[in-house]
Amino acid sequence: MQRDEKMKEKGSGLSRRTFLKVSGISLSVPVVLGHRTIKVAGAEVEVYGPGKVPIALTVNGAKHTAEVEPRVTLLEALRHELDLTGAKRVCDRATCGACTVIMDGKPVYSCSVLALEAQGKQITTAEGLLRGDRLHPVQQAFIDNDAQQCGFCTPGFVVACKVFLDKNPNPTPEEIQKGLGGNLCRCGTYVGVRAAVAQAANQYPNRKGGGNQSTSKGGR
Amino acid sequence: MAEYKWPEPEKRSLIGKRISRVDGPAKVSGKAKYTYDIKRPDMLYGKVLRSPHAHAKIVSIDTSAAEKMPGVKAVKVIQEPGTEIKWAGDEIVAVAAVDEPTAEDAIRAIKVTYEKLPHLVVEEDLSAAGDNAKPAAEQTAGEPEKAFGEAEVIVEGFYGLPVITHCCLESHGSISEWEGDQNLLVHISTQAVSNVANQIGRPLGIPAANVRVKQDHIGGGFGSKFQVDRWDVTAAQLSKMAGGKPVKIMLERDAELMVAGIRPSAYARVKVGAKRDGEIIAWQSESWNTGGSGGGGSPPLPYVFSVPNKHTQHTGIATNTGSARAWRAPNHPQGCLVTMSALEDTAARLEMDPLDFFLKNIELAGRFAEVYREEFAIAADLMEWKKNWHQRGAKTAGPVKRGLGLSLHTWGGGGHGSNCDVIIHPDGSVEVKMGTQDLGTGTRTAIMMVAAETFGLPLEAIKLMIGDNQFPTSGASGGSTTIGGVSASTRRGTLDALEQLFEKVAPSLNVQPADLEAVAGRIRVKSDPRRGLSWKEACMKIGGTAITTRGRNPGPGTLNSSGVGGVQMADVSVDVETGIVRVNKVVAVQDCGLIIDLKTAESQVYGALIMGVCYALYEERIMDARTGRMLNPNMEFYKLAGLGDIGELVVHMMTGKAYDERGVIGLGEPPVISPGAAISNAVANAVGVRVPSLPLTPDRVLAALQYPDREGGSSKNGGNDAGI
Ligand code: FES
Ligand code: FES
Repeated sequence: MQRDEKMKEKGSGLSRRTFLKVSGISLSVPVVLGHRTIKVAGAEVEVYGPGKVPIALTVNGAKHTAEVEPRVTLLEALRHELDLTGAKRVCDRATCGACTVIMDGKPVYSCSVLALEAQGKQITTAEGLLRGDRLHPVQQAFIDNDAQQCGFCTPGFVVACKVFLDKNPNPTPEEIQKGLGGNLCRCGTYVGVRAAVAQAANQYPNRKGGGNQSTSKGGR
Repeated sequence: MAEYKWPEPEKRSLIGKRISRVDGPAKVSGKAKYTYDIKRPDMLYGKVLRSPHAHAKIVSIDTSAAEKMPGVKAVKVIQEPGTEIKWAGDEIVAVAAVDEPTAEDAIRAIKVTYEKLPHLVVEEDLSAAGDNAKPAAEQTAGEPEKAFGEAEVIVEGFYGLPVITHCCLESHGSISEWEGDQNLLVHISTQAVSNVANQIGRPLGIPAANVRVKQDHIGGGFGSKFQVDRWDVTAAQLSKMAGGKPVKIMLERDAELMVAGIRPSAYARVKVGAKRDGEIIAWQSESWNTGGSGGGGSPPLPYVFSVPNKHTQHTGIATNTGSARAWRAPNHPQGCLVTMSALEDTAARLEMDPLDFFLKNIELAGRFAEVYREEFAIAADLMEWKKNWHQRGAKTAGPVKRGLGLSLHTWGGGGHGSNCDVIIHPDGSVEVKMGTQDLGTGTRTAIMMVAAETFGLPLEAIKLMIGDNQFPTSGASGGSTTIGGVSASTRRGTLDALEQLFEKVAPSLNVQPADLEAVAGRIRVKSDPRRGLSWKEACMKIGGTAITTRGRNPGPGTLNSSGVGGVQMADVSVDVETGIVRVNKVVAVQDCGLIIDLKTAESQVYGALIMGVCYALYEERIMDARTGRMLNPNMEFYKLAGLGDIGELVVHMMTGKAYDERGVIGLGEPPVISPGAAISNAVANAVGVRVPSLPLTPDRVLAALQYPDREGGSSKNGGNDAGI
């Protein structure tokens, strides 16, 4: 993860300029959490909203602030406030994986995380896997193996595959089937995705043993 | 005049190769912008209040509270009090507000009262349909009664498949904004960029010429995104009410599944008559289905095999549910499942290998009999059919039974009308402009491959612009018509442009234009390839004004045709204790004439097989008979296959001279037709009884095992107990 974060810091110059164009976003504003503290059964509880509260998110290595209602999800904050639309809203209830992003090294369904909860975490989206214009090996493998058709599920799938390979650099076909069962594709790109994961695994830096792994039938 | 044909195989540098799709980088990096992703300056978010009732009359609508809410910019009543609502989810009122949460709050603040009316939402039991059943004309060919009298074996069965939805991952919707009060800009998720302006201009009372339509990428359509929908018109109306500000309405997931398109169901009682040697001589079917409030069209029965003596009767049932839209190969998967199941049951009764049985009758398949024969031989090889097939129900030891099944299909796929502009600039740059769209089928890639092939240039040398109605019109992407249309118009346009370039270049090389060819970035003399100019040098001869040509389809020369075959085989395991079906392997052998991009063509077939596994094993719209609502308008209970559910998929594309000669033919529909039938047949082969209805869920499998003679085979009670 360390490496990746550094990589994103470097690549963030471009995105920063893009973000500045987005209205309602300012950079490096000190974080003021718009919450009150109330006592519930003797304990102090923070209460946010119901109006907009300022939030700070660290996305693809860059810090952003925005004002959102507490009910706004991380997915909506990324899409509406930061104009990072790689993560898609499809089921909006933690079933399809189209909204997958990485939060502190773990894949999460960003439709099911509140933007408020995501503060202070390192968030990476499909856009953040690029190094400048260079594609991440998983992204390149998706292209080589045609693991996308309409492409609407693709950014979420790419992110899920990336985290999966971080954890399982030498996956067996069974591990691929299980580990990537949380993303749904309507166009039917799973054969390409399996082959892409196998190809990317072969190129993965922390892979033990290395060498060629034969792709499953139905791969290209 | 140019000769309009495809290059000979040995001269092709791109066509027929495996080329990665050109928009891959944009898609994998999350940078591709879909309509869903577009944010226009000052954009408002539209939300729609929908009817909770399947059949009702609107009594009153009170929007006053919503109108007063801060942030709400426009409220529009879509259907006035007094209107009869015919399905749950129909649009009643829409609002536009500064952000989504505000729009949602406003929707919740609207009060509508209804007078409920009786509804019908389930149709599996024809006898319960009452007046909603509309019997269609009966059809008779040959002498069915006499033929059944002569039949040595008669097999009867019930087969069916429920309504399913398109479930596009990018829901339907659009963003409309006014420039003045006569010009509209629309970003819309559509399969028909060139057709939108007309459809949206009419209800808004503005000329189509005043509507600009744009779409870069679309997140799935599958036949459900040909039309401009009421919510699209509403977005434009809300925009006008809000002073022209952009208004975006994209459907919520539940609405997407309830109102944005379904594939009609099909249920049928079938009787097949055959001779003991396997010759099929008679067919009789009584079928019914629903396609929503308008009833449903009849599936082709019997499918592919034109049985000489037949009697068919079909009844469409109007239900209080969202309407049918074209769903990848309209009516074919239904006809295919019913027919191939009935025929496989007949083979099983005759104790014949269905492969032998199908081949024995293959002449009944008409024009493609030879293609099927060839394809079956390849599929049998890939599946090791002869080694692995066993008699139906020949019990494998243990609770997990294995079986094989097969099917075949056909489709048209002739190219649609298509126009493009081809421009060769004096600096050597090349543009192709076409009002088409890329559904993820690889249309962009294919157009660029054809243009690059004609000009002898690399793919990157072509600047392609699509997805905008300012470009020459091209047909809707449906019915597998796109590739034949766009490849032919591009080929004609580029050949004409090249001919003009040759005319400009020929004098400087002291040859006739016809003596030239464009190969590997050079314009050179055919008989003396060392003599020539680089593409750039050649283009400098153009002069000040770029070469511009219009490519068209249809047009001169034979570049495309219509009609394909295709066969599939499935290998499944069924656990007879749990009822769980697993697909081990599916083999698809498919012809589609001359293939432009082998890689994206194969992807189409893989994708179709996966969609086929979805509807064979998992997908169904479940309606609650009591409330009239859909019980699973979401993705946890409207099930799609995941990456681990599809088994091993093997795709073999037919290529070679005989296939090239047919020209380019579409591929989107055909391979999605057979999987349901092949998988259902494999399950019957494995467990020894027919599970009559798709999807082959554990409850249906167990019910079929326990009550092999019960119609429907589902544990559900005549469709009235619609519990999940
Ligand atoms: S949109 Fe988040 S999981 Fe589907
Ligand atoms: S590529 Fe279309 S949904 Fe996956």
